[in-house]
Amino acid sequence: MAGQALELVWLAVIAFAIFMYVLLDGFVLGCGILFPFAPSDADRDTMMSSVAPIWDGNETWLVLGGVGLFAAYPLVYAVVLPALYLPFTIMLLGLVFRGVAFEFRFKARTSRKWWDRAFQWGSLAAALAQGIVLGAFVQGFEIEDGRYVGGLFDWLTPFGVVTGLSLAAGYALLGSTWLIIKAPGALEQWARRVSVRLLAAVLLGIAAISVWVPQMESRIAERWFSLPNFYVLSQVPLATVVCGYLHWRATRGRAVVAPFLLTMALFTLGYAGLAISLWPNLIPHAVPYWEAAGSAASQRFMLIGVIVTLPAVIAYTAYSYYVFRGKVTEPLHY
Amino acid sequence: MLDPLLAARVQFAFTVSFHILFPAFTIGLASWLVMLEFLWLRTGKPAYRSLYDFWLRIFAVSFGLGVVSGIVMSFQFGTNWSRFSEAAGNVVGPLLGYEVLTAFFLEATFLGVMLFGARRVRPGVHFFATCMVALGTLLSAFWILSANSWMHTPAGARYEDGVYYPESWLAIVFNPSFPYRFAHMTIACYLTTCFVVAGVAAWYLRHGRFVQRSSLMLQLAVVFASIVVPLQMVLGDLHGLNTQEHQPAKIAAIEALWETREGAPLVLFAVPDEEAQRNRFEIAVPKLASVILQHDPDGRVLGLDAFPPDERPNVAWPFYCFRTMVGIGILMLVLAWSGAVQLARGRLERSPRLLRAFTWMAPSGFVALLAGWFTTEIGRQPFVVHGSLRTADAVSALPGASVASTVALYVVVYGLVFGAGIYFLSRLVRAGPQRAEVGATAMRPLGVPVEAMEDVS
Repeated sequence: MAGQALELVWLAVIAFAIFMYVLLDGFVLGCGILFPFAPSDADRDTMMSSVAPIWDGNETWLVLGGVGLFAAYPLVYAVVLPALYLPFTIMLLGLVFRGVAFEFRFKARTSRKWWDRAFQWGSLAAALAQGIVLGAFVQGFEIEDGRYVGGLFDWLTPFGVVTGLSLAAGYALLGSTWLIIKAPGALEQWARRVSVRLLAAVLLGIAAISVWVPQMESRIAERWFSLPNFYVLSQVPLATVVCGYLHWRATRGRAVVAPFLLTMALFTLGYAGLAISLWPNLIPHAVPYWEAAGSAASQRFMLIGVIVTLPAVIAYTAYSYYVFRGKVTEPLHY
Repeated sequence: MLDPLLAARVQFAFTVSFHILFPAFTIGLASWLVMLEFLWLRTGKPAYRSLYDFWLRIFAVSFGLGVVSGIVMSFQFGTNWSRFSEAAGNVVGPLLGYEVLTAFFLEATFLGVMLFGARRVRPGVHFFATCMVALGTLLSAFWILSANSWMHTPAGARYEDGVYYPESWLAIVFNPSFPYRFAHMTIACYLTTCFVVAGVAAWYLRHGRFVQRSSLMLQLAVVFASIVVPLQMVLGDLHGLNTQEHQPAKIAAIEALWETREGAPLVLFAVPDEEAQRNRFEIAVPKLASVILQHDPDGRVLGLDAFPPDERPNVAWPFYCFRTMVGIGILMLVLAWSGAVQLARGRLERSPRLLRAFTWMAPSGFVALLAGWFTTEIGRQPFVVHGSLRTADAVSALPGASVASTVALYVVVYGLVFGAGIYFLSRLVRAGPQRAEVGATAMRPLGVPVEAMEDVS
């Protein structure tokens, strides 16, 4: 009974929500990761002001992804979250510190340094934890009778470390290219220099993961390297190389928006690559998405909500970006 | 604490209790801000703008704390209560999904415009943003209380092989306890905020600061409270009757009524003894419980003995928490009506004892709110979904030690973060409302109050 339309649509909705989160909170977390390296304290004000009006909406995509999984694929939610108990706890606490830093930093007088640290370490912890979650997810879980039976630290693997560092580098690149758009003058130039270095790190990470994943399971290697799949699927790594080159040129040149868009393109290609490897399993190597689906009545009911509200959400999100468009010329307070 | 069930329950209770304080406050504050901005746009009086800016800063900090602690909650269903998620995901998941789609995005996105957009959008658009944030807080309450109510009065779904399957969404969303819980909780949020506003205003008045703006706030709060506190009591009574119909064991625990009887007394005070199944030091009014619950002095009220021992909730918690909530409600009523009398006599601002009482009562709404939550949630035990899914069967199969260690982690982190939050909030209150700069948002340094300014009239 593979490929019922409703289950497939829900897979797409959840994938979309998580991807939106990765892109949108990615650049906010990236600003946090880059925070301590900024040339001056005034630059830190600018970095924070560039994301302060929109970070909260961006983070909401994470909740949509999580709750979407809860509603449409309760089994996956119930297996994956306990399996990754500690990384998720670290991510949540990181997001707590990152989030409150927005409110407290501008209000603090003597404790300002501490909220700087809450912002940078919270962002870094959340980014690393998310990368580790991704790595553990790709590697799969020990499952018996629909329950996770592995250990508390199963997620701590060399592959998990690589995905953790790669995602943090990717977020930092999103952050630095966002700053090329938003930051004035010297900070923009700094962001360009940082972006070039981060781009190299990200491409290295993508390469490492691309080589690693097909060796995990013969089925994955077969999918990529058997003919005629190879002719089609080899376009993904090729496009990644092209994107990387264009990114390098744009960042070293004068393009303002292109580096950010190309970083997003790199994320899209990486996401697509992982999806190709894991398809159609929702608990990797174990459970295909149609076996993990919740009740059709639940999926149908919530899909109505998605169809009605999501266009509005996207529209007013776009509006809020429009309101706060352009370079940040002064720190934002309220 | 190495019992994984107990550790998971402690963690949930701790994180949700911290969390609930902030949304409760911001639900009330958002509507209060709508009113202030409306009055400012309508009258053009700078006092309203100044108060709007003042409460907006308090709103922003509270909202931020609510957001970060809320994200923790949405993942905790999966991490700590995975078997609940598996069983009830089909029903609770979509309700939370609607909360995210209709409320979270709305609040989060328009909050940016509300906080930082005053100089970038027209006043009407800014007011629209404030309204959308307020609407978001109410929609959020609607969905989360629908989900919570369903766990108390599960309707519209069938339970099969350990999984709930939805049959009627209308019956699920508007389950039997939902209308009462939603009304009772929303009004509780409004009253919580109302008493904070009154308390802050009374405190300023006692120190002769911001006199005209403070008396404006206090007057609005007194009028609101003197109408809404009695309304809340009626709603609470209706909610109680609804609970009696659907969760009689909870009522028996609240009343510490061990035996089923006709003409049941209302226990005013007692020390419930769970071992001996009786009350010590009981002070009771004969037949009053029957009058309240059955509207008949000889009405029959079910006691705990009507339920199998493994389906009885703990008695002490609901009993004491309920009395705390009702006690605060009565104090609120006395204070609100005393305030109304003084207001009618034109002496509200010159009643030192009343002002002191309002100051002391500023946090009372939070206490009542938590007490009410403890009553209803502990009263539902030992079930997580009343009547079918036991809390013990809902918890994740995690080692107790790892849950206990994250409990410790949350206690430390929340202590730090929320301690700082309370500190910043109290500093904002101490600084007070600033001079309204027409057409400008704010680049005002904090803590430089313009005490001499009086701009009402």
